[in-house]
Amino acid sequence: MPIVVEKLTHTYMPNTDNEFVAVEDITLTINEGEFFGIIGHTGSGKSTFIQHLNGLMQPTSGSVTVDGFDMSDKKQRAKGRARVGMVFQYPDYQLFDSTVLDDVSFGPKNMGFAADEVKQRSLEAMRMVGLDPEVFAEKSPFELSGGEKRRAALAGIIAMRPKYLVLDEPMAGLDPSGRREILATINSLRDELKCTVIMVSHSMEDVAHSAERIAVMNDGKLYALGTPDEIFSKTNELISLGLDAPRTARLAQLLRERGCDVPEDIYTNERFVEWLKRRMKNA
Amino acid sequence: MLKDITLGQYVPGDSVLHRLDPRTKILLMVAYIVAVFLVKRIEVFPIIIIFTIAVTLLSRVRLSYIFKALKPMKLILPLMFLMNLFLIKTGDLLVEWWIFRIYKDGLINAVFIVLRLATLVTGTSLLTLTTTPIALTDGLEKLLTPLKIIKFPAHELAMMMTIALRFIPTLVEEADKIMKAQLARGADFESGNIIKRAKAMIPILIPLFVNSFRRADELAMAMESRCYHGGEGRTKMRVYSFKLIDLLAAIVMALLIASVILLNKYMPSIW
Repeated sequence: MPIVVEKLTHTYMPNTDNEFVAVEDITLTINEGEFFGIIGHTGSGKSTFIQHLNGLMQPTSGSVTVDGFDMSDKKQRAKGRARVGMVFQYPDYQLFDSTVLDDVSFGPKNMGFAADEVKQRSLEAMRMVGLDPEVFAEKSPFELSGGEKRRAALAGIIAMRPKYLVLDEPMAGLDPSGRREILATINSLRDELKCTVIMVSHSMEDVAHSAERIAVMNDGKLYALGTPDEIFSKTNELISLGLDAPRTARLAQLLRERGCDVPEDIYTNERFVEWLKRRMKNA
Repeated sequence: MLKDITLGQYVPGDSVLHRLDPRTKILLMVAYIVAVFLVKRIEVFPIIIIFTIAVTLLSRVRLSYIFKALKPMKLILPLMFLMNLFLIKTGDLLVEWWIFRIYKDGLINAVFIVLRLATLVTGTSLLTLTTTPIALTDGLEKLLTPLKIIKFPAHELAMMMTIALRFIPTLVEEADKIMKAQLARGADFESGNIIKRAKAMIPILIPLFVNSFRRADELAMAMESRCYHGGEGRTKMRVYSFKLIDLLAAIVMALLIASVILLNKYMPSIW
């Protein structure tokens, strides 16, 4: 069963001078098993939107249903929340325990599993995100490097085995190799756990490679929703919204402006190289 | 979740109170507290009430803000009233019903204490309602400067207050984010007994502290790299100077205190 969002609107401080509509009238469905990308400029409402997916925020109007559980209902919310794992942007907001293993165990412990099950799940989660339990299990989470902290935070969520994995800007503030590593980890997690991945980013580059469907948010509204091919054929439009287009898409656009017939669906390096090879062969 | 916390309750405006020098306002507030405590007889109290109402009207602060300041007192005021009413057993017996006995002194004391607390809170909250936190700390620093002779760190204290005030909204926002991150991991802050709830706060408090220390470190570094070296030789962007209204305000306050003292002594008893 999917996550169904219907006519979701969220208003901060309603009926005051500071009233602010962060998310307005969003209707979409996130299917089981898909890699769903959400892109939008800072302040476009994407963070507010995803916090509704596991009931951390309640809609002002509209509804969110996770596998049939209504997230506005207090009793059903707990069940829905257990299915939606949420990884926040900064691991510093979540790591607290004395060892990495204890910290990763926090989630499954709260879910009420027996001690040995908790430990087994936590060790497995650490292994899945690429933190060798032999090395890291007894380390303090505060001794870790930035990238390792992010992995530890991710493991803390993975240990809960969510059906839906929501990642808020998982690559923000990392260097290119760190970004690639995290993306590879996310993809391998998806293969291993068969979970649905919902990834939020302000950079199109991040979602261009893996996402199967992409939602573009602007000014609290759903601006566009479609496959990467559909979305990135509108590169110019997206740039005007203040989003970073993938570098390859920008290059293709520049070539098109100079009279070169680069097809619209080329926005990743792999496709560009493929196209270039074909073209050189023909020439 | 924590969005409703408001601190630094300054209400922008252009009333006489807003225009007073912060130093004047701090000193006058101290004088006001003295005046309230100088009242020895309940017959004299109306003058304090009239003064408080007049100043409140003068500040043009909406009354709802004053009530908000009084709201935390909603438990202690009735409690004080009832305790004084029933526990003081001197004077004439006024009412007797079942086990309850109310004496004249008890009634007077009960009314007295409630009025005293309510006027104190109202009067002092007018200071924070009409003065920006920055002006307040600036004023405090200036007032404490003479104490530097005895090595009192006036500038450092003011800087600490300024920084603390500056970071309260940041900390509130961060606590909110941490709370959400732990809620997403199944943390439960709302059920269980008091010990369980206190324990549930650990996953919030530790990241909050760790991040605060890190931030303090970064802030110290940023201040040092801009050549901050304490208050010596440092000038202010805004220079405060006493004006005519400050003098007038001081005279009004002096009159209030004088009349309280005189009335205490010479006002005929109405009992």
